[in-house]
Amino acid sequence: MKPEYEKYFRNNLPHIWCAGCGHGIVMSAWARAVNQLGLDKDQCVAISGIGCSSRITGYIDMHTMNTTHGRALTFATGVKMARPDLNVFVFSGDGDGTAIGGNHFIHACRRNIDMTVVLMNNNIYGMTGGQFSPMTPFGKKATTCPYGSIDRSFDMAELAKGAGATFVARSDIFHAKHLTDMIVAGFNHKGFSIIEAVSSCPISYGRRNGTPDPRDMMDNIKEMCVMKAAYDKLSDEEKANKIPIGILQQIDDAPEYTSEYEKLVERVQGGAK
Amino acid sequence: MAKKSYDVQVVSKLCKACGLCVHLCPKNVFDRAKDGRAVPARPEDCIGCGTCELHCPDFCVETKEKEGE
Ligand SMILES: Cc1ncc(C[n+]2csc(CCOP(=O)(O)OP(=O)(O)O)c2C)c(N)n1
Ligand code: SF4
Ligand code: SF4
Ligand code: SF4
Repeated sequence: MKPEYEKYFRNNLPHIWCAGCGHGIVMSAWARAVNQLGLDKDQCVAISGIGCSSRITGYIDMHTMNTTHGRALTFATGVKMARPDLNVFVFSGDGDGTAIGGNHFIHACRRNIDMTVVLMNNNIYGMTGGQFSPMTPFGKKATTCPYGSIDRSFDMAELAKGAGATFVARSDIFHAKHLTDMIVAGFNHKGFSIIEAVSSCPISYGRRNGTPDPRDMMDNIKEMCVMKAAYDKLSDEEKANKIPIGILQQIDDAPEYTSEYEKLVERVQGGAK
Repeated sequence: MAKKSYDVQVVSKLCKACGLCVHLCPKNVFDRAKDGRAVPARPEDCIGCGTCELHCPDFCVETKEKEGE
């Protein structure tokens, strides 16, 4: 491992992720972002829920919490309220973040508490063997929809935008440098930042959907993910199988939760300590 | 200006033989061993683009510019 970012890891590789699992690429992109930002790891907290994606906190050497399924954002909110001076990273999966944790997700977006969330989207419940998630695309197969999903799926970025998140971005494991840039930009934004990292699960998703080979999953992601500026110029027909990557929403003048709380305390206490 | 040259290393015991580096390298630097693990067979062709490092999920490929050449 490169010495520049080796310091952000416990020395316990290999990780549990399967061969070619996109989550390792997300972890590497994140480490580059932290290195670029020059963060002191003792001033950082990394919090995750449950899932293959959430196992990431087992490898990161910061203050870490591997919490309960869907609840990473609630623990993170508690940490940030108690210690607003710390930098908080949250890692979640599409299942963890938008299914069982969906309600926490929308309220964290609306509340605008300063933290950086990386949602590792592999379109499936990877860890438990491949049940469909709210982000499994229409028609794709999972153990719980062996004939193809008839659910319309969530677009996490649109969901976050609608719920009022002040920084929403998307990137993917093919555009790994761009993913690092999005994490850096999200970190530098004061408020709730969410970055969807389009990842891959060759085992629980790919095997059921014609792409058991991680190289094919990578090629598909490369095809599908298009820079927002180029995406916006496409016709509706061309847009059908593409998704935009880049910063999708940024609002700089919304009140941030911990700052508002501090002001509230001062106001209620009349400025007295 | 002299052409830059690079060291390309794969930490074999961490390699899970996913083939991503082999697939994505624009200069075909890697071969695969019998067990599928990546072997940097033609490091002299490496242009230092970093693609292999960026896309290895297992942190086991590293390229470094050779000094003093
Ligand atoms: C309360 C609770 N319900 C269900 C589970 C079982 N469970 C573990 S991981 C998981 C899904 C994880 O999916 P996702 O967040 O998409 O992560 P991935 O494994 O795909 O990275 C489920 C349902 C659990 N651990 N706890
Ligand atoms: S099951 Fe899927 S998400 Fe989980 S480690 Fe394997 S490839 Fe990755
Ligand atoms: S740095 Fe680029 S050219 Fe060199 S081995 Fe890696 S992918 Fe190939
Ligand atoms: S990308 Fe990494 S794990 Fe995959 S074959 Fe190359 S060196 Fe091995």
